[in-house]
Amino acid sequence: MILSPTSESDIAAAVADAREKKTPLAIEGGGTRKALGRPAQSERTLSLAKMNAIVFYEPGEMVFCAQGGVPVESIEAMLAERGQMLPFEPVDHRRLYGSSGAPTIGAVAACNISGPRRISHGAARDSLIGLRLVNGAGEAIKTGGRVMKNVTGLDLVKLSCGAHGTLGVLAEATFKVLPRPEASATLVIRNLDDERAVQALSQALGSPFEVSGAAHLPAGIGGPDARTLLRVENFKPSVEYRIGELRKIVGGDVILYDEETRALWRDIRDCAFFAAPDPRAIWRVSTAPSRGADLVRLVRKSGEAAHFFDWGGGLVWLAVDAGGDARAKDIRAATAACGGHATLVRAPDELRARMEVFQPLPDAVMTLTRGIKASFDPDGILNPGRMYAGV
Amino acid sequence: MSAIAFPEPDARIVARRDEIIAGLAALVPAECLVTSRDERRAYETDALTAYRRLPLAVVLPRTTEETSRVLAWCHAHGVKVVPRGAGTSLSGGAIPQEDAVVIGVSKMARILDIDYADRVARVQAGVTNLGISNAVMADGFFYAPDPSSQLACTIGGNIGMNSGGAHCLKYGVTTNNLLGVKMVLMDGTIVEIGGDWLDSGGYDLLGLVTGSEGQLGIVTEATVRLLRSAEGARPVLFGFETSEAAAACVADIIGHGVIPVAMEMMDKLAIEICEAFAHAGYPLDAGALLIVEVEGSEDEMETQLKKIVAIAQQHGVKTVKESQSAMEAALIWKGRKSAFGATGRVADYICMDGTVPTSQLCHVLNETYRIVEKYGLRVANVFHAGDGNMHPLIMYNVNDPAEQEKAEKAGEDVLRLCVDVGGCLTGEHGVGVEKRDLMPHQYSAADLAQQMRVRAAFDPGWLLNPAKVFPLAGRAA
Ligand SMILES: Cc1cc2nc3c(=O)[nH]c(=O)nc-3n(C[C@H](O)[C@H](O)[C@H](O)COP(=O)(O)OP(=O)(O)OC[C@H]3O[C@@H](n4cnc5c(N)ncnc54)[C@H](O)[C@@H]3O)c2cc1C
Repeated sequence: MILSPTSESDIAAAVADAREKKTPLAIEGGGTRKALGRPAQSERTLSLAKMNAIVFYEPGEMVFCAQGGVPVESIEAMLAERGQMLPFEPVDHRRLYGSSGAPTIGAVAACNISGPRRISHGAARDSLIGLRLVNGAGEAIKTGGRVMKNVTGLDLVKLSCGAHGTLGVLAEATFKVLPRPEASATLVIRNLDDERAVQALSQALGSPFEVSGAAHLPAGIGGPDARTLLRVENFKPSVEYRIGELRKIVGGDVILYDEETRALWRDIRDCAFFAAPDPRAIWRVSTAPSRGADLVRLVRKSGEAAHFFDWGGGLVWLAVDAGGDARAKDIRAATAACGGHATLVRAPDELRARMEVFQPLPDAVMTLTRGIKASFDPDGILNPGRMYAGV
Repeated sequence: MSAIAFPEPDARIVARRDEIIAGLAALVPAECLVTSRDERRAYETDALTAYRRLPLAVVLPRTTEETSRVLAWCHAHGVKVVPRGAGTSLSGGAIPQEDAVVIGVSKMARILDIDYADRVARVQAGVTNLGISNAVMADGFFYAPDPSSQLACTIGGNIGMNSGGAHCLKYGVTTNNLLGVKMVLMDGTIVEIGGDWLDSGGYDLLGLVTGSEGQLGIVTEATVRLLRSAEGARPVLFGFETSEAAAACVADIIGHGVIPVAMEMMDKLAIEICEAFAHAGYPLDAGALLIVEVEGSEDEMETQLKKIVAIAQQHGVKTVKESQSAMEAALIWKGRKSAFGATGRVADYICMDGTVPTSQLCHVLNETYRIVEKYGLRVANVFHAGDGNMHPLIMYNVNDPAEQEKAEKAGEDVLRLCVDVGGCLTGEHGVGVEKRDLMPHQYSAADLAQQMRVRAAFDPGWLLNPAKVFPLAGRAA
């Protein structure tokens, strides 16, 4: 059964009804990320497809508010018309999952979805400044607002961002935005191994030249040669100047401009190198940049894995055989050794149903997590089990 | 009479004072326990100095483990705890209560690790904000959030309040620059949240803890991001005839896709006060002043400034003064950063902290004058214009209770207005006790109840900084 509320009070009524009947709800935006998280265990789906209005857009204040079901594409088009953009470059998961439909802004907020620019401009959670949500008791809750700075009360905005819909149905989300840079270019350094590549990325990120993308694609990922990539986005003369200065620091063979650089970073953002129908399981690991290469080495010790780095080496995408536990034991152990968190981004439903998809939490943090879940959703109605069993 | 209510101290706890001190003395050495009346005085207030409450005792643990033992003991014995950094809160967030023990982090003040490859620093909670930047400055790095109190305030307090500063327009506030914390829960459990990597594997507890005003746990360690300093930075002074012109200029700069590092505004009275104190060369004939800072190479700064000056000219700017040297630049910032202190030399004041949509800056400023005048008081405005974070400093005489009440009433009226035009009660100073009872103006009962339930998931007994943030009436049992 699919419910398609058209207003916040509709959502509240649907949730209250589900609570009364003790029938959990799977919350869905465009449905392009159904395969993200543990498989839903719900007979009813609450779709936000009809919550698709822009509530307001104030270019002069660099802020907009949209209902949860608005497609990200519409928002990007709306912003582009006024020379602005979403700072955090959200991943489009359609290529990775081979899914169709339109990714929604509500899901971007719910899953804290960010791309390469996360290192310089923050994650979705850093741009999200306000939410209206319906909790599991069917109450409409406001948190945050529409202003850039706000420390009034507990920050339930950040708490809800990345909770994968387990705390509330996001009816409206307010984001701050940024001017779209006039120009963008990418410096390419060829044939570095992982260690040297991450060192180069670190040097560049530690320079004053405001690198907004720092990735390393080993040989065989997106091309025959290893490529270490540094992106600069700014006014045109600054891009020229800064790329030149970076080149003095880390060398570099080629400079990509315009559509070439944009397409490349879209591929990195969306993990296109492992796009469906590639059958491998995909892991996304966040660690300290200087330990990214170590982490890969540890994973490789016990079996094959393809990989590439984003976020200066701190974001490791891994493609492994989807058989067995999809290398969960090895990857979790490597993550524990290096510090960080690992998410099984793509794997067959059957596999995701019987293992942890998100980073397992220490007992004390799990206790807090359950307490928070209960405080929003006492009867476990909203996306139950999507993140953790019972959460 | 004082307007802000404090809960009646729990007489049973106060009566057990000797027993409680003995219990604490068994956990920490004598130099970590403050019990004499004279020494406790140093902790009886914060920067909301009109209110004072002497705590039962003050404990200054040296380690996370010591903090854990003290909290576990207080938890077991039902003793309330008020966490404290440097006590510079402007909203009364660190003001104690007579039936509570203050736990201060001042003895945990070491920088533990600096890592330039990963651009992070791990520090104890009592390290000062400026202490971090000073430690990495020689190597060309800095810690971005820069509250004007940065010489004194601690990173623990910054996390407590999610503090901001003048340069947050570009670099964000504490929550955008924090990667991990080690924190002790009220029952003594030590948790580590985040680390030296980005984002969280589960719920964003780090985001929740930041700005939680000491109600969820005591932070003992933090891992923060370090940024590489720009090649150069140049603040420029713009003098306008009216605040309207200055505010319109701010909006227009942003509208042109230029985001300077900082855009600070001062009104006439603030200019006079700051200039008299800092001799920064502020234009005394201006009705409003903007400090706009740009960064980058010489050429880049030139280009940006050209654009900004052209926009300012369209808004009838009277004076444009570029800093010609590092010393002049420092002086310009000294004037701005000492604004509160300089005002304090002229009169007692309370500092409001509402944020409004930038399109409302002018309206709110004008209304602020009207409101404060209605109460027969004076106000100086010095604030973060780029992000709409206003700081009206309402001046009064602290020894005149009637005037104090008027000042507080005026402040309340201004904050209600901020909320009514789409803003919020506090942009960076926190709710504390000061704005606690205004919370229902911004949030519905259901909104507040949800926040309080989340709070209770960390501290079900409401022992941690309990008199703050949430209105005393209407709390969930
Ligand atoms: C002159 C002046 C200028 C200021 N300028 C600015 C400014 O520009 N921007 C700005 O944002 N603020 C500003 N402030 C306000 C204040 O300095 C900040 O709120 C600061 O972060 C407080 O830090 P602190 O160490 O003094 O903390 P305290 O005042 O001691 O405590 C602040 C809050 O955090 C809690 N807390 C403290 N330490 C911990 C810990 N270790 N764990 C958990 N909770 C803790 C306390 O219980 C309290 O609720 C200014 C204050 C003054 C007096």
